[in-house]
Amino acid sequence: MSIDQNTAAKVAKLARIKVEEDALPALAEEFNTILGFIEQLNEVDVEGVEPMTSVTPQRLKRREDVVNDGNQQDKILSNAPDAREGFFAVPKVVE
Amino acid sequence: MLDLTYELPKPKVIAGAKHDWELVIGMEVHAQVSSKAKLFSGASTKFGNEPNSNVSFVDAAMPGMLPVINEYCVEQAVRTGLGLKAEINLWSAFDRKNYFYPDLPQGYQISQLYHPIVGEGEVLVELGDGTARNVRVERIHMEQDAGKSIHDMDPNMSFVDLNRTGVCLMEIVSRPDIRGPEEAAAYIAKLRQIMRYLGTCDGNMQNGNLRADVNVSICLPGAYEKYQETQDFSHLGTRCEIKNMNSMRFIQQAIEVEARRQIAIVEGGGKVDQETRLYDPDKGETRSMRSKEEAHDYRYFPDPDLLPLEIEQDWVDGIAASLPELPDEKKARFIGDFGLSDYDASVLTADVESAAYFEAVAEGRNGKLAANWVINELFGRLKKDEDKTITDSPVSPVQLGGIIDLISSDAISGKIAKDLFEIVYTEGGDPAEIVEARGMKQVTDTGAIETALDEIIAANPAQVEKAKVNPKLAGWFVGQVMKATGGKANPKAVNELVAKKLGG
Repeated sequence: MSIDQNTAAKVAKLARIKVEEDALPALAEEFNTILGFIEQLNEVDVEGVEPMTSVTPQRLKRREDVVNDGNQQDKILSNAPDAREGFFAVPKVVE
Repeated sequence: MLDLTYELPKPKVIAGAKHDWELVIGMEVHAQVSSKAKLFSGASTKFGNEPNSNVSFVDAAMPGMLPVINEYCVEQAVRTGLGLKAEINLWSAFDRKNYFYPDLPQGYQISQLYHPIVGEGEVLVELGDGTARNVRVERIHMEQDAGKSIHDMDPNMSFVDLNRTGVCLMEIVSRPDIRGPEEAAAYIAKLRQIMRYLGTCDGNMQNGNLRADVNVSICLPGAYEKYQETQDFSHLGTRCEIKNMNSMRFIQQAIEVEARRQIAIVEGGGKVDQETRLYDPDKGETRSMRSKEEAHDYRYFPDPDLLPLEIEQDWVDGIAASLPELPDEKKARFIGDFGLSDYDASVLTADVESAAYFEAVAEGRNGKLAANWVINELFGRLKKDEDKTITDSPVSPVQLGGIIDLISSDAISGKIAKDLFEIVYTEGGDPAEIVEARGMKQVTDTGAIETALDEIIAANPAQVEKAKVNPKLAGWFVGQVMKATGGKANPKAVNELVAKKLGG
């Protein structure tokens, strides 16, 4: 699989990262290098090998159903560029 | 368990300009798990709190915060799966669904695309007219809910509340087995009923705790059967997904409106585009959610913050052992053990509380009589009383049972029983004592009835002559005797005496 400039531009847009037009060829090239490496990895025969999900043997940690967080509206909103009446205020987004 | 067999419901047919069309519907139901805390944080799930007060730094996606799964939520998803007779996957995993929206601070939703916790199950959907269909469930997965945006507080701004962000949802995905708007509503109602029995979701649609995305397509008669034979989707039309509806009425309207839109396109020689649409109940139309189209490339990948979710068969077995009797089984038992009609059994098993109330009343009594009183008198009275529900009933099962006992032993007549019920409902008290204290006992003593009847006959010779010619007039005498005895005379005894005296 090869990534062209259009695809690179689309990926950037989906990730909401602004990429100048003249930077696109280099970005596409970088993607292709990464994908090339992954293709190389794909050559390894992993038939019957379980995917490794953790380097140490451990189980997904669980929490109990207890409310022990929250009630910090001021802190949650403290980094917001704009907050009103306890809400984040953002430019209008409506379907 | 009694085996209830049903005919399949007829699919909804809509007449187009050229020919008939049938509907094919699949649903994605989002049910909020009734947990105290969120799926991956310790913030509260309580509805209606101050905006942004049920928010932890995990929910706000502050850098470095890591999700830790709420085990209770996992248990509820498994419980729901077992309730839908579904396979439980002991190994499941979480993926990131990437998109940007102001009410999703992470920039992705944690969901289970590739390895859901629950696999295939089924739901028996009854239409209430003796027909029913088994709707196949493809999967149930856990995922995070998004926050809420409010658009009407300011002309230029949207206001965002993250209280709902990260609350655990179960997404229940059906196969395209639903064939009309009524079936769609009945399917949601049944899911809701089962989850309320299980206690996994409160089913409150108004608060958005149960919402549905509905996939609608149209096909020519006969095409759907080919799909069912082969499971090949090419026999079906292109589907459109109507997003995020939380009203049974709107869901039904939206399906019909959307089907008619697709029929008009296809009959006009056009092609239906697969897309996401919104239903506008004010205009009665669906419209395209253009903004969703580009964002549809979700670039799913396994969430690196979460290990796979591994659960043990023993744990699942423990949950299975704790399941309550479910609506289908309970209904079958009510029909089998108490001799109830299908309809009465459905009404009484609609929710756990009504079923428990009825069982307490029916225990050791005539089941049909008990069902009659619970449904017609009690439910009717509660409805008139500001739409109260069974849990608000001022009449306890013991009291209602007492009233039924008095009827069964012929101590009171049916008519008096209704008066007695009203007294117990409004004033409370022990029915037997009330009957005793207020002299409401039925007069079965034929001597007393005869005396009353003789007086009436003596006072109304003209009526007696008429009644001899026209036997229908006997009813007038019965009425007079009932009146004279304050409604307490045993109607059967009165009827017999009147017939004897007038006939003789």
